[in-house]
Amino acid sequence: MKLIFEKGTPGRGLSLMPECDVPEVRLDSERSTPLHLPHVSENELTRHYTALCKRLFGVNDGFYPLGSCTMKYNPKIDEDMAALPGFTSVHPLQPAETVQGSLEALHLLGEELGEIFGMDTVSFQPAAGAHGELTGVLLIKAYHLDRGDTARTKIIVPDSAHGTNPATAAMCGFQVVNIPSAPDGCVDLDALRAAVGPDTAGLMLTNPNTVGIFDKNSLEITKIVHDAGGLCYYDGANLNAVMGVVRPGDMGFDCIHSNLHKTFATPHGGGGPGAGAVGCKDFLRKYMPAPLIVRTSGGFGYEYPEKSIGRVKMFNGNFSVCIKALTYVLTLGKAGIPEAAMNAVLNANYMMSRLKSKFEMAYDEICMHEFVMTLVGLHKDTGVSALDIAKGMLDNNLHPPTMYFPLIVHEALMVEPCETESKELMDEVCDIYLKLYEQAYSDPQSLHDAPTRTPVRRLDEVGAARNMILRYKFE
Amino acid sequence: MGSYVPTTAAEREQMLASVGIKKLEELYASVPESMLLKNGLKLPEGMSELEVREAVTELAEKNRVFKTVLRGAGAYRHFIPAVVRSITSREELVTCYTPYQAEISQGVLQGIFEFQTMICELTGMDVSNASHYDGATAAAETIPMCKDRKRAKAYVSGAAHPQVIEVMQTYCFASGTELVVVPAKDGRTDADALKSMLGEDAAMLYIQQPNYFGQIEDAAAIGEIVHAAGAKFVMGVNPIACALLPSPAECGADIAVGDGQPLGLDIAFGGPYLGFMATTGAMTRKLPGRIVGETTDVNGERGYVLTLSAREQHIRREKASSNICSNQALCAFAAGVYMSAMGEQGMRQCARLCLSKAHYFAAELEKIGCRLKYRGEFFHEFVTECSCPNCRKKILDALAAENILGGAEVEDGILWCVTETVSKAQLDKAVAVIKEVL
Repeated sequence: MKLIFEKGTPGRGLSLMPECDVPEVRLDSERSTPLHLPHVSENELTRHYTALCKRLFGVNDGFYPLGSCTMKYNPKIDEDMAALPGFTSVHPLQPAETVQGSLEALHLLGEELGEIFGMDTVSFQPAAGAHGELTGVLLIKAYHLDRGDTARTKIIVPDSAHGTNPATAAMCGFQVVNIPSAPDGCVDLDALRAAVGPDTAGLMLTNPNTVGIFDKNSLEITKIVHDAGGLCYYDGANLNAVMGVVRPGDMGFDCIHSNLHKTFATPHGGGGPGAGAVGCKDFLRKYMPAPLIVRTSGGFGYEYPEKSIGRVKMFNGNFSVCIKALTYVLTLGKAGIPEAAMNAVLNANYMMSRLKSKFEMAYDEICMHEFVMTLVGLHKDTGVSALDIAKGMLDNNLHPPTMYFPLIVHEALMVEPCETESKELMDEVCDIYLKLYEQAYSDPQSLHDAPTRTPVRRLDEVGAARNMILRYKFE
Repeated sequence: MGSYVPTTAAEREQMLASVGIKKLEELYASVPESMLLKNGLKLPEGMSELEVREAVTELAEKNRVFKTVLRGAGAYRHFIPAVVRSITSREELVTCYTPYQAEISQGVLQGIFEFQTMICELTGMDVSNASHYDGATAAAETIPMCKDRKRAKAYVSGAAHPQVIEVMQTYCFASGTELVVVPAKDGRTDADALKSMLGEDAAMLYIQQPNYFGQIEDAAAIGEIVHAAGAKFVMGVNPIACALLPSPAECGADIAVGDGQPLGLDIAFGGPYLGFMATTGAMTRKLPGRIVGETTDVNGERGYVLTLSAREQHIRREKASSNICSNQALCAFAAGVYMSAMGEQGMRQCARLCLSKAHYFAAELEKIGCRLKYRGEFFHEFVTECSCPNCRKKILDALAAENILGGAEVEDGILWCVTETVSKAQLDKAVAVIKEVL
């Protein structure tokens, strides 16, 4: 398909701007280099982008079981509410008395999420999950430094963690201590005990973990870290499995981030914007990003915590995303939140129960909202890899599961169906997965060749990295 | 209660039976009893769609939307062509994930490749990433790109946006980097002070163009000073101003960043906006975040993939160039649609309108006795002197009474912004209101 730069012709364009109604001004020194931008009519422009949108697959297009990504249905009312002019047309630096609705909305969402997290205060400044991690780990850093404890230079991260965890700890100036997981995929308590000490700043943990198992030892884990003087950070990537059932705060964690674009149903937008709400217990409140949104005598306003780590983003975070999450939480309410979690877990277990006749499960036990299959055996028998199976799914109009994660499972496919999928769809999907499994034995080449029905076929990623064509070059 | 769960009671029974359990609660057998939430969440009951629409709309109505906005300071109300919303509200685009499955994600990948190209064009730089959270975090993440063992100190102009400086400080607290603020003089970066401050340990300097006070910096001269000291020169630019001002590349920048909000995104109480980041070919591998590259498929067809991911956290873990994972893809896509709709001529026209109207407004304010605090060239923002907080309040209140959001309060003044959305008649009205209370 042509790039937009390859369409249209100079002299063509849209009529958007009015004539200047004041005397025109020129600067002493103006840009001399040309600015190559598209020159297309409105018709050409919308056709181009419509064509691009047709070369996409969203949650609205079908089953999207990306493990660890919680690709649940994105309710349309949430979009409508975020698009209200009362929210979209207010300036972030308006006086507080003129933006009481925005402040109340964030405050209300903070209270509701605080209850779900089991945390006392919530900030919405972080723009994404990794940004929330950065904020949370900085709270831990500020806490130790404030006590004059400069010896705590290490953050413990299990080897099953998302890459963002060790990357975040490193960005915050900590040395990362990777600890191996036990055979059951959970934290190896002995390894943890051996790792903690007076240099431990904290632990970053995802629970349910990245292999889809609830770590039953979480109270013991957080106690081991606390006894050593460290703090415990909860990575809320998998909160969807447990929201309203068990709270991170009650597992002994001190701070948390939650990806609103996962658990709270805001859309992913092709990779963002998300929002990474950060919650903490009261003793960390004074370090939270400034400002916090608080109730005041006359309504809602800003508070600058006394020992704040500072700002992590301009203004008030990804505000519109928060409005979508608020609409979602208000819709579900007290009963709907655990209902969503339980059905997410039920759906995952149902699919697992249907698939395990053929597919080897990395951990064959009741899972949480996702499960991991290992295709090592299939690969050995047939030469068909997890990647090949995933590409075969594309030809069946299915979005594949997450591939090759977590790193501790080989030939991994990680399936997270979410609570918003129906039994009959999951049955159809399971039939296709099982058919592909058979196909690996009967016609492996067809899977090596897949996909064949997509707008493009397998792409040369090595060539992309080597040739580094990262922009269109004008003649 | 509202719910998006499609499963009926009968289906649930079948599914539980398939799993081999009787009750939903048994799914949580691995959670210690003591930890389970006993009496449920202390939250209100859920709502029907009709009820939730009313409740949230009521919140939106508690906000005040001003007809005329003369405030910028990092968030700019520009005209947004209808095509931007029309295209960026398409379901496929809104609900898709990060394009890891390239074969079914060409729409996002190509859209971002086009966005990267447009950012390179605007800034004059060689390579752009797929976006960052916002202009401030993009600025902050340029520091590790420039830093090494010998050159460990970062510098930021005191004429940059205060919130950008704050975010840079937070990131520097994280990494243990010393961040030095170079003072401003007459509303611009003090070049003499800068010269005396930059030592052999200087990694980089960040300046904003136009700066926080709206003044146009002599960026090329500052760039020369920075390069003479062996450090990297980072410019934070307003993308609309880029259409008229010498590009960052023309000014010798090593990295150009900025907030893409003016490119078709609502001011929306602060977000989501869009950070952009572009650099020289030599620094490509230092870029944080996702990058889209062109390649071919097995049939030789042109296609696009996420590339150079060996820099990123999911591969490199603690050795990654950044922890960034989710970015602002949909906002970047919107910015691409905006720039396509505007074209070169539209972008220049928009910038010219901003420039001309701001100068008209400044001149009219001078006629009624206001004084400009700084005398240098400006783009679409400027500061009028007003040292008494009560006088500032009087002016802003009088404007608010006429449905005009006046400028942002800054030290001893008011920072005004005029974009193409404000007509001459509206500016004349604002001047008349201010004249009344002076």
